[in-house]
Amino acid sequence: MLKQTLKKWLITPEVEEIFNRIPKDVGSYGYDPWGYNLEASKVGLALFKLLYDHYFRVTATGLSNIPKTGRVLVIANHSGQLPMDGALIGVAMATNPEGPRAPRAMIERFFPTVPFVGNWLNEMGSVIGDPVNCERMLEREEAVIVFPEGVRGSGKLFKDRYQLKRFGHGFMHIAMDLHTPIVTVGVVGCEETMPALANIKPLARLLGLPYVPVTVPVPLPAKVYLNFGEPMEFSGVRSEGEVTHNVEIVKDAIRALIQKGMNQRKGVFTDGRR
Amino acid sequence: MAADKDAPCVMVTGAAGVLAQATITRLARSHKVVAVDFRRAVEIGEDITSYRVDFLKRGMEDIFRNHDIQGVIHLGRIGTDIMGRFFRYNANVIGTQKLFDLCVKYGVRNVVVLSSFFVYGANAYNPALLDEDTPLKASEITRNLIDSVELENLANIYLYKHPELNMTILRPCNIAGPGVRNNIGQLLSRKFAPVLWGFNPVMQFIHLEDMADAVVLAYEKNIPGVFNVAPEDWVAFREVLKRCGIHGVPMISIPTAVPMFLSRALGWKAFPSHLVKYFKYPVIMDGSRFAKAFGFKPRRSLEEIFTHYREFKKGL
Repeated sequence: MLKQTLKKWLITPEVEEIFNRIPKDVGSYGYDPWGYNLEASKVGLALFKLLYDHYFRVTATGLSNIPKTGRVLVIANHSGQLPMDGALIGVAMATNPEGPRAPRAMIERFFPTVPFVGNWLNEMGSVIGDPVNCERMLEREEAVIVFPEGVRGSGKLFKDRYQLKRFGHGFMHIAMDLHTPIVTVGVVGCEETMPALANIKPLARLLGLPYVPVTVPVPLPAKVYLNFGEPMEFSGVRSEGEVTHNVEIVKDAIRALIQKGMNQRKGVFTDGRR
Repeated sequence: MAADKDAPCVMVTGAAGVLAQATITRLARSHKVVAVDFRRAVEIGEDITSYRVDFLKRGMEDIFRNHDIQGVIHLGRIGTDIMGRFFRYNANVIGTQKLFDLCVKYGVRNVVVLSSFFVYGANAYNPALLDEDTPLKASEITRNLIDSVELENLANIYLYKHPELNMTILRPCNIAGPGVRNNIGQLLSRKFAPVLWGFNPVMQFIHLEDMADAVVLAYEKNIPGVFNVAPEDWVAFREVLKRCGIHGVPMISIPTAVPMFLSRALGWKAFPSHLVKYFKYPVIMDGSRFAKAFGFKPRRSLEEIFTHYREFKKGL
């Protein structure tokens, strides 16, 4: 009863309207092969939209660069210990007035083993970052978010903020093989949501986690800027050198978008207005 | 309608099972059917010759001597909840090898073998939409599934070593529906079922009658190869329980050894310890290769499957 009331309160006509416009195939009970669930996604979007609008007060630009339909890889810089940047990019894509998309984020491989969390992330549309998953989703014309830095990016310390860590090349191979456009995103603000001073590596090893940061207990309300770049097209793989070169082009594009966000920012926690 | 005297002869194993019976019913119109099972000689119809036979015994060859068997549909399997794993290994793997050898010896030109989605293994890192080329990792989980993987490997060896057998290996998802007594069939027939706390894997189901259609299609089209048989529809385990009118009873889920121990200690046949992981992590197959090659599309919805179990409980 309480669950139903809460659901009714959260899933506003606005959220329903968004989902009516999202092009997404699901089975007879609203599930897809990766465990995405239509009803759970509505609740998830409603919750994160509250954070997006009122807690992180996200400013998103360049949303028209995300194709309204068809396959696309959304590539961004990763930061902030928790995958909050993925969630915020997801909300931006799902609520895009130019044409909403169901965001499919590639997440760390340990998530499926964590009770509740792994399942909940699956229902929202996230899947483990296996290249096979990414390829199958793109073949089904989905919009996939990838953080090529992986845990190197999300777990970085505050002193390394806004410095791109090494990018995996898998996303570029897939983009080139499957003729998928890449839309880059520069995320500014998430670095300050959970500034980490150190990583307790022995404890992380003991718990089987990628890192255990010394940081604040909950994300801080830093204002977040998401700048989406213009779609980039790359043709089929001819050599590994070409892939490396293309990855550098993507990294440069992201660096430029991060700089754009930094220039937009008037204060870390405020929007600069008095 | 019975087949005429000159109709081709086909052997169907596992005849006491409902899938075999649904298959036999379909084939009997155009084939002479020889039904065999290790459990009992089944009575399906006047025109069906039926034997109770152990594949490991010499009597098995007499059936091939006495009938001009042109095709074999091997559905017979000792279920994962029956006897110990050594007995199962002998029956399912060694027994199947004997059967294949007889197929080679007596010039059988059409063999269909039933495998299972279990062979892929329920691994946390499984990608979705596993295709037929995905490695079979079930033996990593438990020794109790070794016979399932070995049977597949054996069939694959015969598929390539004896191309004249025109072997088709089918890997179906969960088969459910009226009369199905496999693990999932037993579980869905209950009023209560264990649910691993914090896990809700997405699953695939195929109706028994659709699976029988798939088996007959595989036999009639006779295209060799390995094929997943799974519909383009998916549903999470808790939703299945809800739709089937089952109360989920949460149980400790990590470490996995705990629910496995509980299952063993309580002797749950519908939720055996070696299948616990299949209720924790998804094993989702891509059935498109079979759908395309054989023009197959299941005709019964998930709702139809679950309605059966819901209605079944009302009668209890």
